Amino acid sequence: MEDLSFQHRARERAGGTRQTAIIGVVASGNLEVLVERILPNAECRLEIKTAAAGFGEVWNAVIVDFVERYSPGGLKFSINDGGARPDTVSLRLAQAVRLIEEDGQ
Amino acid sequence: MTAPLKHAVQLPAERVRTISFNEASARTRVGLLLDAGSFVEFIGPEKREVSPHLKIFDLPEQFDDGIVVGRGRLDATPVFVAAQEGRFMGGAFGEVHGAKLTGLLRAAREIKSMPVLILLDTGGVRLQEANAGELAIAEIMRAVMEARTAGVKVIGLIGGRSGCYGGGGLIAGCCSALAVSETGRIAVSGPEVIETNRGFEEFDSRDRALVWRTMGGKHRRLLGAADVFTDDTVQGFRDAALELLGLVGAFGGDKLKAEQVRLADRIRRFGTCEDAVDIWAAEGIAHAESVPDLPADQFISLANKIGRTSRDAR
Repeated sequence: MEDLSFQHRARERAGGTRQTAIIGVVASGNLEVLVERILPNAECRLEIKTAAAGFGEVWNAVIVDFVERYSPGGLKFSINDGGARPDTVSLRLAQAVRLIEEDGQ
Repeated sequence: MTAPLKHAVQLPAERVRTISFNEASARTRVGLLLDAGSFVEFIGPEKREVSPHLKIFDLPEQFDDGIVVGRGRLDATPVFVAAQEGRFMGGAFGEVHGAKLTGLLRAAREIKSMPVLILLDTGGVRLQEANAGELAIAEIMRAVMEARTAGVKVIGLIGGRSGCYGGGGLIAGCCSALAVSETGRIAVSGPEVIETNRGFEEFDSRDRALVWRTMGGKHRRLLGAADVFTDDTVQGFRDAALELLGLVGAFGGDKLKAEQVRLADRIRRFGTCEDAVDIWAAEGIAHAESVPDLPADQFISLANKIGRTSRDAR
């Protein structure tokens, strides 16, 4: 297992009012993303535990692209990864933002 | 890539419930099975109550340890619900996973009036957690029986991709009643375990048709282990749960004695059968070999005519 952590500035606060959301499962080639609205509006943090060690650069590239595209300000992402491909990671991150942007708790 | 949708189109619950139960995640199953928006989770993923054992094996954890527990409403009736995630470590029971279900059943025992729905989807004990997993199974079985003794209906819904094996099969045997779909296999030893221990000649685990007709939902319904067979949709399982809540009667020593008689009768009648098809034929089903190919609606009418139930027992 390898732990990775990324911190970014976001252009704007993520929309919606939900405080937490979760998507995905920890399985081969899959991952779960728990997202929580607990950071200042201009910050974004991602903490990853992955079964596939040595892919820090690929994670960084996926996450830079994700933050640029979705501006997930105020959100902390906690990820348990079962060796998902970069496209699956991008999809789950987008789904997590989409879920927490709903109204509700 | 297109911009993310800001507002999803809200579909009526009935339409959403036509999705496959088998393919849905545990969270999706619970969310759609219950009345829309009624589910409240206990010890949710944000609490991060993860397995204390997996890190020893350098294995990834899941924030809910592979089981979702909580309460909600089923057609306005308050219920407790638990759903195993069959894709996380085969839905296997670990220490935390098991404790969440035990706690839910004990809460039901204290409250007495709220039924428990258990969406079993499991290969059995998570062997990395060894004795803690085995103990969890024993505690859950005791908790099911104590809840039932206190008057609680405990309904098992089985239609997940991991089936219901090992200790999960034992827990299923303790429930007040079961609903099953075709892909919801129920057994204790799974196909590969049987083949490993008894040999290829005893059970060929790669023979999918053999696996399905020996352990699959249709056979379990015809034998009376499951009282309701449903098509593989969330709506089907919702209807099945409601039907079973209406059917389950009071529980006591007489029920257990009747169950013993039912099981003894079953082994007496079918103990020498070599294959499930022989059992179906002995039950008077014409063209028994065609049962696996029957569409759900035709099978359900056959099962309602000829299949046994454990309604007076269990």
